[in-house]
Amino acid sequence: MIALSDYLIVAAILFSLSVAGIFLNRKNVILLLMCIELMLLAVNINFIAFSHFLGDTAGQVFVFFILTVAAAEAAIGLAILVVLFRSRQTINVADLDTLKG
Amino acid sequence: MEYNLTTLQPVLPEIVLLCAACLVLVVDLFLSDRTRLVTYGLSLAALIVTVAATQYAAGPVREVILDGSFVRDPMADVLKTGLLLVSLFAFVYAKDYLRELGAFRGEYYVLGLFAVLGMMIMISANSFLTVYLGLELLALCLYALVAFHRDSKTGAEAAMKYFVLGALASGMLLYGISMVYGATGHLVLPEVAAVIAAGTADQTVLVFGLVFIVIGIAFKFGAVPFHMWVPDVYHGAPTAVTLFLGSAPKIAAFALAIRLLVDGLGGLLAQWQDMLIILAVLSMALGNVIAIAQTNLKRMLAYSTISHVGFIFLGLIAGTDKGFSAAMFYAIVYALTAAGGFGVVTMLSRNGLDAENIDDLKGLNDRSPWLAFMMMLILFSMAGVPPTVGFFAKLFVLDAVVSIDLVWLAVVAVFFSIIGAFYYLRAVKAMYFDKPLVDVPLVSSLDTQVAMSVNGLAMLAFGIFPAALLGACRAAFGG
Repeated sequence: MIALSDYLIVAAILFSLSVAGIFLNRKNVILLLMCIELMLLAVNINFIAFSHFLGDTAGQVFVFFILTVAAAEAAIGLAILVVLFRSRQTINVADLDTLKG
Repeated sequence: MEYNLTTLQPVLPEIVLLCAACLVLVVDLFLSDRTRLVTYGLSLAALIVTVAATQYAAGPVREVILDGSFVRDPMADVLKTGLLLVSLFAFVYAKDYLRELGAFRGEYYVLGLFAVLGMMIMISANSFLTVYLGLELLALCLYALVAFHRDSKTGAEAAMKYFVLGALASGMLLYGISMVYGATGHLVLPEVAAVIAAGTADQTVLVFGLVFIVIGIAFKFGAVPFHMWVPDVYHGAPTAVTLFLGSAPKIAAFALAIRLLVDGLGGLLAQWQDMLIILAVLSMALGNVIAIAQTNLKRMLAYSTISHVGFIFLGLIAGTDKGFSAAMFYAIVYALTAAGGFGVVTMLSRNGLDAENIDDLKGLNDRSPWLAFMMMLILFSMAGVPPTVGFFAKLFVLDAVVSIDLVWLAVVAVFFSIIGAFYYLRAVKAMYFDKPLVDVPLVSSLDTQVAMSVNGLAMLAFGIFPAALLGACRAAFGG
């Protein structure tokens, strides 16, 4: 039997990985978008695990909403990426440095 | 529970705005660039009708509908009205600027209306799910707005930074929400509060979740140390977007904090109070000190926003009804002031060239004495000089903090707002005592001039008669 804490540990590891990915990655903006998706999936694991062990379906309903919003968010993120590439010809994170101060 | 049209009355403002936004979206498709003013007129009409609907649905009794996920209370009525009026000013100021930029398209207004809808849902949220959906509707519209001028060199970069950090904030907030859900087993805020009050929930898990929720709120407010996106986004976005982004969402962010921290997690007051004190002190210190070093007007106003966020937090820290109503007063006043401040910046920008630097304010009094006077009132209000309303906003939050014996915090706040007065007064000096760099007369259309006059004089009017707005804010918290 897999305990609740095991699910939470997996979710916490995924969440930490994604946050670390956002801050450490200096190369590629697409990786940032993937990290954001990973982060939302980690939250989903949390919700489903709690929902299952509490015997309450509200958490699973929340997950459907998160999945839907994540899809919309990815669409907007990729659209911004296209605009960025058109104006800069690069998607290197280190090149996003014209705004400073 | 049975649904019919009368039970849906509290949601009337949202329904009206949703229909109006869809109508504007469709009508705009059939318009040519010459008739684009119709979109503008319809958007303003949509906001005005929604104000009327808000007033129609308003009342002193708290109403909860849709299985507890939506609430309409006096606080929601006041905040929604303030939000809609501030957005109205923003839409009016944006028109001339967008025209000169060659970006006077329907998208700005449609996305703006949907963002307003998202903010209204946040204000009326009564469960974590509604909070999240409202927040995301607002955020997704704002990401698109920041990037919406495609040829802008900085817009896309600002949008990408905003997107990544905004999504990170949403992720943090969601992680916190999942922890609180796990500890309490509920998503509806009053039920969460009831479980916390009963003391049956695991305290460690709750506080762990609370930390993430506070981080998420701080990100959305732009409080130090989660402020990295604010200057870049304010600077990089087209000024018409900065204007919208820097004003109305502050009211929604206040509502987000009240709904989550007070309605939901009010039982953990002692824990979040300490976190907010750290955020408030850092925001006031860093915001005011770094603003002095800025030569770009939009960046300066961005750091000024960060310092004002610190002040809004002061009211929340008090943890009393008096403090919450003071913070609410501050948030509404700041949103109106920021709309006016960025409005002046949009009016100075002509022929597609942004007047972004403090130098562009030089000699404004020679070019347009009335506009200079309005800007002076707005800057005085931001600095907190009596008799403008900014003074009373600061006074009320300081009073709330002093009344819970955190005198040192009030002293710190006053100290940093004196430092802050320097850069506001420097801008006033540039307007009145320096020679203009360009001698082009300022032209702006009648509606912009009227809106700017109303906005500037409101700073004075609310400052001389603060009782009406303050009374509404007190009533919202049952005082």
